[in-house]
Amino acid sequence: MSGWRATLGRAALPVAVALAVLAGWELLVRAAGIPEFTLPAPSRVAQALAEHGASLAGSWWYTLKITFGALALACAGGVLIAALFALSPALERALFPLAVVLQVTPIVAVAPLILIYVDSTTAALLLCAWIVAFFPILSNTVIGLRATDPQLRELFRLYRATPWQRLALLRAPSALPYFLAGLKISGGLSLIGAVTAEMVAGAAGRETGLASRILEASFRTETPKMFAALVLLVATGVLIFAGFNALSRALLGPWHAAESSRPH
Amino acid sequence: MPAPAPAAPTEPAAPLLALQGVDRRYPGGLLALQSVSLAVQAGEFVALLGPSGCGKSTVLRLLAGLDEPSTGTVGAPARRPGPDGQTAFVFQEPTLMPWARVADNVALPLRLQRRPAAEVDAAVQGVLARVGLAGFARAWPAQLSGGMKMRVSIARALVTRPRVLLMDEPFAALDDITRQRLNDELLQWWQAQRLTALFVTHSVAEAVFLSQRVLVMAARPGRVVDELRIDQPYPRAPGWRHTPAFAAACARLSAALQGAAVAG
Repeated sequence: MSGWRATLGRAALPVAVALAVLAGWELLVRAAGIPEFTLPAPSRVAQALAEHGASLAGSWWYTLKITFGALALACAGGVLIAALFALSPALERALFPLAVVLQVTPIVAVAPLILIYVDSTTAALLLCAWIVAFFPILSNTVIGLRATDPQLRELFRLYRATPWQRLALLRAPSALPYFLAGLKISGGLSLIGAVTAEMVAGAAGRETGLASRILEASFRTETPKMFAALVLLVATGVLIFAGFNALSRALLGPWHAAESSRPH
Repeated sequence: MPAPAPAAPTEPAAPLLALQGVDRRYPGGLLALQSVSLAVQAGEFVALLGPSGCGKSTVLRLLAGLDEPSTGTVGAPARRPGPDGQTAFVFQEPTLMPWARVADNVALPLRLQRRPAAEVDAAVQGVLARVGLAGFARAWPAQLSGGMKMRVSIARALVTRPRVLLMDEPFAALDDITRQRLNDELLQWWQAQRLTALFVTHSVAEAVFLSQRVLVMAARPGRVVDELRIDQPYPRAPGWRHTPAFAAACARLSAALQGAAVAG
């Protein structure tokens, strides 16, 4: 019984479906003679990807920096604010509505304002992506910090644990699965936030991300290049999700029911 | 001479655990305990027997310092587990940290007291061997059966070498065979460590098998209504459960329990 043969077996079905879709797409475009500025065939997208690979890679790197920068700030901010909320319920009552307001405001609607107020485009993009990404981490960590087993809390009380010991040895480990669930959501969201904000910021600027390249290509009706940039974005999103999934499994695998008893 | 004398002719001056005229009224007005007085001397094994809702657990929580009386006094020199770990508590559920291996769960009380690592390791190894879990130090709680989890919980209670062991129906969720085996071993641990034990249960047979003295409680309001001595010297062999003397003691205790129910 080899583990990775089983993994290969599980992957076979989705890979087959993806290949079938691509083949159907290629056939449709060729058979119907669809012009490439309307719908380029997958082979044409691959060609565009190769052609513009070097320049797209630079933009991809920029988008990646915004995404992970925002995500790192979202982790720091979300966890820090959640810890403050856990220490002071009054603070939570006072500030949680504000966090909800930030969360429900469509980012496309505030991004123009942020771009006005914040001088540096990079900083504005970071802020936009952060606003989108931090809420799942905050709300999940708040719940996680509260989800400690009451009897374990009493046990710590019996042994006169200090507040720091309670945080490090009880509340943080109890909150970890919740935090990681938030991280999985926020990883994807910070990419969406970064791309959305770039779209609003437009194609201007020396350093630009993948969204700006999509805009730029759309002005010139370079549809294959648009698809090529899109492919990079989707691949990035999938890799981010897979990465955090793996991280979650590595951290929780041995002990957490949700991770140890899942089918894949 | 590990076995304490069942009935000391002269009462020692200060009991290790004592309630004097204790009422416990909850904010809703519910009277959980009404003028409860009891005393447990050093080295005794006392059972607290009664129907559910009679306040047995409240008595333990008061003695552990997890709850405060509305009126009356709680006298217990070993009341709160200080750095020398004088009182240990075993909950009805194993109450283990799922993210920590067996050895780390057992080590918790010592780590909270910031004992040196070498001392902690030695104590954990010793106590795991004593409760029959020597090979399971690196196992996760999720991999253990209910009975083994309870052994871990007891090992964690014993690791500080406490003087007093408070147990709140620790074996109620276990099957009969596991329960009897743990009862047999509990008496060995009690004798070996010269513990003072207060054991809450709703099982007549368990109370008879384990204790020298049974306090019978009644519900609504919770109060101590009767007290019986079980005059069987220790060590008590497992086979004692099948003797006429055991059956007679159970019958006496059942009658007392029924009398308590009628009185209530």
